[in-house]
Amino acid sequence: MHIVDGALANPVVIGGAIAAAGGITLGLKSLDLERIPTAGMLSASFFVASLIHVPVGPSSVHLILNGLAGLLLGWAAFPALFVGLLLQAVFFGFGGLTVLGVNTVTIALPAVCVGLLLKPMIARGRPLNGAIWGGIGGALAIAGTAVMVGLALALSGDAFLPAAKLVFFAHIPIMVIEAVLTGFAVLLARQVKPELFSPTPSL
Amino acid sequence: MAHVLEPRAKTLSEAGAEAPYGLIGALDPRMRIVLACVFAIVTVALSTISALIAALSVSACLLLLSRLPIRRTLKRMAMMDSFIIGMLLLLPFTMPGDAIFSIFGFAASWQGLWKAVEIALTANAVILALMVLVGTQEPVTLGQALHRLRCPDVLVHLLMFTIRYIEVLREEYLRLRGAMKTRGFRPGTNWHTYRSFGYLVGMMLVRAIERSERILAAMKCRGFSGQFLLLQDFALTRRDYAFALMLCAICAGLLYLDTL
Repeated sequence: MHIVDGALANPVVIGGAIAAAGGITLGLKSLDLERIPTAGMLSASFFVASLIHVPVGPSSVHLILNGLAGLLLGWAAFPALFVGLLLQAVFFGFGGLTVLGVNTVTIALPAVCVGLLLKPMIARGRPLNGAIWGGIGGALAIAGTAVMVGLALALSGDAFLPAAKLVFFAHIPIMVIEAVLTGFAVLLARQVKPELFSPTPSL
Repeated sequence: MAHVLEPRAKTLSEAGAEAPYGLIGALDPRMRIVLACVFAIVTVALSTISALIAALSVSACLLLLSRLPIRRTLKRMAMMDSFIIGMLLLLPFTMPGDAIFSIFGFAASWQGLWKAVEIALTANAVILALMVLVGTQEPVTLGQALHRLRCPDVLVHLLMFTIRYIEVLREEYLRLRGAMKTRGFRPGTNWHTYRSFGYLVGMMLVRAIERSERILAAMKCRGFSGQFLLLQDFALTRRDYAFALMLCAICAGLLYLDTL
């Protein structure tokens, strides 16, 4: 869910921008020369994945996969997802310019939290175990995003409260789908390239 | 960059190739980025409908100056509107105020309606100006301009990598989807579809990581040290200053109109 310019109160926009700048700075610190190509590649992958439309009944949703981004990138998910959002705003007209900070935080902060919390679980045990934790991470990240978008709206005025609730409930099917997809993606990655989630050469 | 949605021009054109976007294309990229930010902040600060309509007209004039395909650009803008339409439709019913009419006992208020119109105007004015001023740049030029505007090096590197490989990875995605299609895969709302998409995403990520390892090896072998080699030189001309002055004057005018 992209928030657009003009919808939020100024303190929320400014707070979002500051938080995003902090997150991006932390993320950039974790990237040295060796890791920039990997981070850039994953950033491009998540951009392309966001163009995939998955059918849900008569409609379809596009993927966000921020949980997976957090699991693979850690703090670097902040700059990587920011770059994706910047390109989307500038070239596709999705989202907005002044709300770029808020949009980055709503997507990247849950991603980082999921990454820090669940990454050890993903690498452990059999691939199926990792996949189940991956699914949980995928669902948690979307839930976190929905809560944060709702919070940004609710903080901007009581009139947005119903809209904030609507946003949360609209995200429930997306949560389920992202959980299943993230789970299977982790399952495949664990089988094909087990070292991807191993703790030492992590991003 | 539009090619990601529609097959059109390439991401990486000849360095220094003449931009085809009329008056806007000839301006300094750095100036366009800064002006887009100034215009966005001014527009978000506006609160009267008349000033916001004026701001949207300014964006529309910029669109005409830029010779962007008008229909395609407006269609893209409408796509953003379709994202927020739900929230905008809710607003009149959730904001207290003088009632206009009521549906099923829910009263719509004038205040809520105006707020919704205000948000729609702001969002469209800003995004249109952004697409015209910055979106007409080559993505690589955007990266170099941001570098010259003193964005952190690593962030610009990341941006450049992303720009470079979006196209490559998209081709890979389409190839994988093609392979699925030839094996009779038809997406629907079922477990099989979600499992297949999950494996597809996983496969794309594994391949992307492996590709990045090859890229890193190739970069090391060529002695990459984290330095930028800039192919484009930017210089501010009198035309840039004139345009910047004009747009700033317009912004000041908008702010004045807002206080009336």
